[in-house]
Formats: sequence, C-alpha cells, structure tokens
Amino acid sequence: MANPDNAEMLEAQSPEKKEFIRKSIEFWNPGKTQFWQDAGVDLVIDRREGYFLHDMDGRRLIDVHLNGGTYNIGHRHPELVEVLNRGTQRFDMGNHHFPALGRTALAEKLAKSCGGDLHYTIYGSGGGEAIDIAIKTARHAKQKKKIVSIIKAYHGHTGLAVAAGADRFSKLFLSEKPDEFINVPFNDLNAMEDALKAKDVAAVIMETIPATYGFPMPLPGYLTEVKKLCERYDALYIADEVQTGLMRTGEMWGYQRYGIQPDIVVIGKGISGGMYPIACVVVREPYAGWLKQDGFGHMATMGGAELGCLVAMKTLEILERPQMKPMVNYISELMASGLAEIMKLYSDFFVGIRQCGVVLGLEFDYPEGAKPVMKHLYENGVWAIFSTLDPRVLQFKPGVLMTAPLCEELLERVERSIGLARAECKGSGKRRYAA
Amino acid sequence: MNAIVEELLAGEKRQTGTADMMLQLAEWAAASYAHYDRAAVDRITKAAADAAFALAGPLAEAAVKETGFGVAEHKKIKNEICSRGIYEAYKSEDFCSKRVIAEQKIVEVPRAAGIVFALTPSTNPVCTVFFKILLALMTRNAIIVSPHPYAKKCSAEGVLAMAKAAEQAGAPAGIIQIITEPNLPLINYVMQSPRVSVILATGGTPMVRAAYSSGNPAIGVGPGNAPAFVDASADLNVAAKRIIGSKSFDNSILCTNESVVVAEEAIADKLLQAMAKTGAYVAKPDEVDNIREYLFGLGSFNVEVVGKSATEIASRIGIKVPSSTKVILTPIDRVGIDEALSKEKLCPVLGFVRVPHVHSGISTSRALIRMSGAGHSAAIHSSNPANILRFASAVKALRVVVNAPCSQGAAGFGTHLAPSFTIGTGYFGRSSVGENIGPKHLVNWTRIAYSDEANEAFGDFSGLETWNGQAPLPIGREAPMTIGRLQEGAERADQSLFAQVGGDAVADEIALMREEIRRIVLEELRAAFRK
Repeated sequence: MANPDNAEMLEAQSPEKKEFIRKSIEFWNPGKTQFWQDAGVDLVIDRREGYFLHDMDGRRLIDVHLNGGTYNIGHRHPELVEVLNRGTQRFDMGNHHFPALGRTALAEKLAKSCGGDLHYTIYGSGGGEAIDIAIKTARHAKQKKKIVSIIKAYHGHTGLAVAAGADRFSKLFLSEKPDEFINVPFNDLNAMEDALKAKDVAAVIMETIPATYGFPMPLPGYLTEVKKLCERYDALYIADEVQTGLMRTGEMWGYQRYGIQPDIVVIGKGISGGMYPIACVVVREPYAGWLKQDGFGHMATMGGAELGCLVAMKTLEILERPQMKPMVNYISELMASGLAEIMKLYSDFFVGIRQCGVVLGLEFDYPEGAKPVMKHLYENGVWAIFSTLDPRVLQFKPGVLMTAPLCEELLERVERSIGLARAECKGSGKRRYAA
Repeated sequence: MNAIVEELLAGEKRQTGTADMMLQLAEWAAASYAHYDRAAVDRITKAAADAAFALAGPLAEAAVKETGFGVAEHKKIKNEICSRGIYEAYKSEDFCSKRVIAEQKIVEVPRAAGIVFALTPSTNPVCTVFFKILLALMTRNAIIVSPHPYAKKCSAEGVLAMAKAAEQAGAPAGIIQIITEPNLPLINYVMQSPRVSVILATGGTPMVRAAYSSGNPAIGVGPGNAPAFVDASADLNVAAKRIIGSKSFDNSILCTNESVVVAEEAIADKLLQAMAKTGAYVAKPDEVDNIREYLFGLGSFNVEVVGKSATEIASRIGIKVPSSTKVILTPIDRVGIDEALSKEKLCPVLGFVRVPHVHSGISTSRALIRMSGAGHSAAIHSSNPANILRFASAVKALRVVVNAPCSQGAAGFGTHLAPSFTIGTGYFGRSSVGENIGPKHLVNWTRIAYSDEANEAFGDFSGLETWNGQAPLPIGREAPMTIGRLQEGAERADQSLFAQVGGDAVADEIALMREEIRRIVLEELRAAFRK
C-alpha cells in the first residue's frame, strides 16, 4: 500500500504514470516498484541524455547514481551512439567460437591499458558473469577452491559472484557457500592474514572501493599489503574494478591509484557505455592456463558481443584522451571543496565525505540518514542512491564528463536538499524511513 | 587493431567529441583562472613569455622551414617582441584587480571573457600564437589555438611550451590548448560552440567572415593594402630608408606592409633614386608586365611568392637584379581594378605611382583602399601637419603611420600604438574593433554603480580583496582522496598520512606557490644588495 507520507507525490502523478506504476507492480517487480513508491521516489525514467534523466511526467534529474558508473561518460554519449550505428551496418553479436575482429581488438586494447603482464581478456555480458569467470580462472590456475572476500562485499548475483558477496543476496536463494567463500572485515589485515595463512585459498577478490557498502575507503597501505599477503600465501588477487575502473578514481583503473598490480581484473558497467552489454576479465599471462589447455572451457554466446566490443573500444578511446584526466581532477576537486562547504553548514547531520576521485560516499549521522537525503535530492532534481549495505551513506557518483556549470548546479541543489533532509531528521522528525 | 574495426570507430563525431572535451576542459580552467589574483597571473604570464622567448630563434627557423614564408632572422625579432616584448609592454597594467572611482561612486570589477578561440595564420604563425596566448593569460582567460594547417607543427611546439610553463607556474590544467590537426569542419564546429566566449581571428577573409558568422562574439581582422604617401615636404632619404626597411621586413609578410608608394610628382624622381640607393630595384616596363603576370596572372595573388625574398622572386621571373636587392619597385600608371599591382602583395614587390599634387595623392590612396584594406593601415611621409590631417581624415585607414616604417609602425613597434599582431579594422573593415588588439579586448568589467543622490554615501572598498575567504579552487591537478568519519577504522587512520598517500593537490599547489614567492623575494633581496 502507498505510504501516506507521500500524499503530495501521489497527487502530482499523472494518470498515465499512476497506471504505469500499477502495471509495473502487476507484471514486473512488485517488491521493488513498491519500495520506491514508499521511499518517496516515483521515478519512471523516460528520455535520457548526458547526465540528465527525464521522468515520464517531465521532471529533469541530474544523474549522480549512474547505475554504479554505467553512465560514467553520460547517457547516450553521441560518439557511442555513432559507433553503435556504424557497427550495425557491418556487425552483429558475432559467433563466439571463432576468432573475432572486435573481440581481439578490444582484448589488445585492454592488455595495453591494464598494464604489467595483464594480457588475455575473457568476455561476459555482465559483471556477475565476469566475476564467475574470474573465480573459475583463479581456481583453475591455483587448483584450489577457497575464495576470500570482504564482509558486505558486492560482486553481483550469478552463482559464484553472489556466494562471494554479502549474504543479503545469497541467503534468499539458498546460495551461500560458507565453506568455499570466506568473508573478512574490510581494512583488517590481521583477519586477512588469518584467512590466507593455511595457503588453501585460490584468490582474494576485492572491490577496490566497496560500492554497495557505501564506499569505505581502503586505509593507506591496505590494498598493497593485501596484495603482498596474496603473494606470500599463494593466492591470486582479483580486482573487482566494476565501479572503480574507467577513470573514476582519477586513474584509468582504481588499482593504479593505490599502486598495485592485480592478477585478474574484472571490468563491467561503464565499459558498456550503458549502450551495449559487455563485461571483461583481464588475466595475467601466467594464470590464464585454461585458455591454452581447453579454450572451450568457458563459453558465452553473448559474452563479448562484437557490437559491445566496438562500444567498449570507443569508451576507452574517450577515456584515454589527454583532456580526460585533468577534467576528472577538476570535478573531484570541486566536489571536495563544495561538499566541505556544505558540511560546514549542516555539521551535525552531514558528517563525513568518503572520496577517491568521483567515487564519493556522503555520510549522515542519523539512522538510515541517506534515505531522506535521497528523497529530498529527488524532489530537488538530483538522482543519487543510498548504500544498500550501509544506509547512512549516500552513494554520490558524478560522471567524468560533467561540465563546470553542471557541477555548480549540482552542488547548489545538494546544499538545498541536505538542508531540507536535516530539518526533517533533526527538526520535527515526523517522518521515518525504513528499507 | 585491424583496419575494419578502426574504420568502424572512425566516425565523424570522433573529432567533434574531442573538441567538446577540449572546450569542457578549457571551461574548467577558465572558471578557476578567473579567480586568480594579479600576482599569480603576472607570474604565470611571465613564465609563459619566458618560455616563448627562449624558443624565439628555433621556432623562427621552424616556421620558415614549415611554411616557406619570410626571413628567419626577422621572424626571430617578431617572436621576441611577441613574447617578452608583449609581457613588458603590459606588465604595469592590471586586468585582475578592482578599480575604485570614488568621485563617480563606481567600482569596476574585471570579468575575464572565458574561453578565447584563437585562429592564427601561416604568415606570422609563431609570433601570433605567442601574442594571443599572452593576451589571454594576462586577462585570466583560457585559450584554444587553432593554427593554420600550413604552420601547425611550429605553432604546436610554441603552444605546448607555453602551456607547460604556465602550468608549472601555477596555472590551472588545460588553460592553454591547441587543435593539432585543424580542418575546416572542425574549426567551424568549435567557432560555433556556445562555450567559446570570443574568437580572435587572424587569417584570410573567408575565415574571418566565418568567425563573424559563427554566432559568437568575434574580433576579426581584414586584409591590408597600405598606401605610403610621400609629399613634397618629406625628408626623402629618410623616407626611402624607412619604406624599404619596412617592405623588406620578413619579406613583407605583415599585413601592415606598404603596398604602393604614392609620390608627389615634384619629388618622385628623387625619391626613386633614394630608394634605389637603399636596396630597391626599379623594374623596367616590360619587367613590370612580367611581374604582374607572375603575381596575379592566375586571377588571384600567387601564394607561391608569399614571404619570398626579392632576389628569389626576380630569379623566378627571370629578371636580373643586384644580389643586394631587398625590394622590387614596380612603377605603375594608376591604381584600381585595372592595375593588379595596386592590390595587396605579401612579398617585397612595391608599386610606385606618381601624382600631381596632394589632393590627387589622397584620392589615389583612397582608391587603393577602396579595393581592399579598408580600416587597416596607411603611411604618410611628410613634415606638413595639415597634409597629414587631411590624408588621415580622408583615407579609410584606422591607423596612419607618420614618418615611420608601416609594417612595424602600424603594428605598434616604433610608434606608440598598442603593440599587436592583430590589427582591428573597425567598421570600415567589417570588424568589431578598430584599434590594435590588446589585452583590454579580452576582459569586460562589472560596474558597481551607487545612486548619485548626495545623501547616499559611497562604500569604503579599500583593502577588500575580491576572492577573500573562497573555497580552494579546483585546478585540475589531482583527484582528492579522503576517508569519512563513520567508516570502521576511520578513527585509526591518520588523515595527514592519508593525504600524503592520496596527494592533496590544492595543498601542494599552495606550498608550491609559497616556495615560489620565497624564491622571488630572495632574488629581489639579492638584487637589492648587489646595487
């Protein structure tokens, strides 16, 4: 049933929107659809362009959710639209059994981009599938089964990926495998060492900055030490770069920002440009043995679809241009100083900023404080999402091609919205939010 | 990568997309740089000027090699003038601080234009690049240079060196950029971008007109066709020297060069002799025909002779001239569309026409500019102020150089005009600016205006700085890293250590600037002790 606190929202809805939401509950996903209505976010995305979403009732929102970086370079980037159009004049998904022009070209480009002896690329059509491939590859290389990951990690929803992540998503489907998948606290080197000591672990899998957990930042030296522990105890290091890759930390790959060289890199979301599904696993030469032993060992009809490869290559090309890096620096520098100013205004509510480039988590010292902030942002023309696994933290993810005027507008809207959310939480406190 | 994939990736939007990113970066840089104070701006401008000056010689040679135009030795002089010279010329002017005009109860606050899009020519490539970049820097603008395709290599080298020096001196990242592979569709795209604040267009007429048609504010310059009128009162030997020196400077490639000498009949022979003595070769009638044919036989000016030396042109036509020849003088009977040699000539070929009296000299000069060069330059050699005033009032030129070489004088060198390689041709020449372009054309002023009622007191603005207490400026150097307060382990983390690991660009920048200031103060102290 509708939340009575959202009467104003319901009143503003067009008959068409009301009817659509009803159908969404009826045919698509009742739980999820209803959740958003209760949270005061009745977004139904119609047109999209750049960093703007247009609700079907016509409201415009600045997108700083970006589906975890999927729309890193914006919605329907004109160069991606063009390359996809050109691509369809000649290519389709391709035949995954054969050497393919697009797949090989992208693999070559990724080998160059990822550095070191990261060399072979194996394709999936989404991040979860790519995580499964990475885990399978590590298991084959090390001939061991155990995988270590972080408590409240999120790696996707396929078989191995969901087992590696927080039980929030595995228990529901009776898919947790505690014997094979060990969880340790983030930023805790002792716990990590304890988990690896027996040398029975195939790989540690790490989101460079855990996204769904609200972007807690790796403490200085943490990731480099984890990598060293992996080397000491004969485990591979899998970097889940789905949310931290593609310039979002200020470097092409998040692990480069932290000065490590992983054994396996998982790339998803943004590499697709939000235009054609694709995900990639880049593996160091010594650990890609199965590709030589049995090249048919893992297959995916849609993995590395060639249209997706073209889009991915164009995405990389755009991100590799010399203008990109200073632009990300500008955006993240402005967000740092602008948000710090806002924090001064509402220091009893907005208490912390977690930041690495344009990967940002905003901390609110209030139970589930990110939810009212999300709602007020939504009402004030900004779409950002709370962190599922730590709802005090708002995920705040500006795109790497945001312009100076748009950033300024965003900060102005954020200031207003946080002020309203603070008044609501710390003031009369008449509304409560629950997941 | 294979050719099929590369072909699919090579859409038209590749270059416009790249251009958009340049503009976006420039927009960030401009927003930041507009907040810099005068001391920082001066330091940055000087660093860029010094970097340019250091390359004056090598890039003069590179420009001649790449374009085939002009004289390296002369280009070096122009490059020096347009680097340190321009810096020195404007270093005492302040385009960054407020001005208080207490008696009018007005405060003027400088507002940088934003993004300057600079089109630079093949004829004076490097010096124009230097000039426009320094103008932009001293007025706190970002600049994107689009060099002439014939001169893209030497231009890029100059631009990149200045960009590096400016950024090392503290300028925001991307403040100076260049389109390394210019082409017409790309230039048109950038010219029409709503992000461009002003176009500074130097080049051929079609390009300048395109700039004006772009829909963006533009400052364009037109072609020249300067008459040099010598009346009976002139000191002929000095006049001859000045005209020949000017016409041969950089093989006459400046648009301010003399096109035709208009000589009063009474002194014409003597003037010719004086010019012949200082390096002019006076062509015989059949030679004049050959020269006309070679220069204009194809209907328009033969670009092969642009910036070539007099001896080289003579040898190409097959005229024997002394090796010391600097200028080829071509006597003509009239000026107008029926005499091609009265058109603009970017080479050391100089027309020479006799007129019976001053009145005719003025009407002949007007006729010359009627063909082309309206609003541009003219020269007069005379000791008669009445003639000078008549000439200047009648001829449609917006700078009239008196008793000086026109090439240099009209560009502000050897006269007190503003030193410039971008000559505004005003309304006569279909341009928005009628004077030599300088930094003042790249800045607007917000005027704070109080009520003029006597009982409304004017505020005290003394000691107030425009940007006091502002948040740190983004300068595009390094993406910040911080941890929040709520995450587990946050209390254990030493934030200062974290800042070291992540790097704090703004703090680094301030430290760098402090160090630089310390160094400057020390240098000044040392200099003071030496005296």
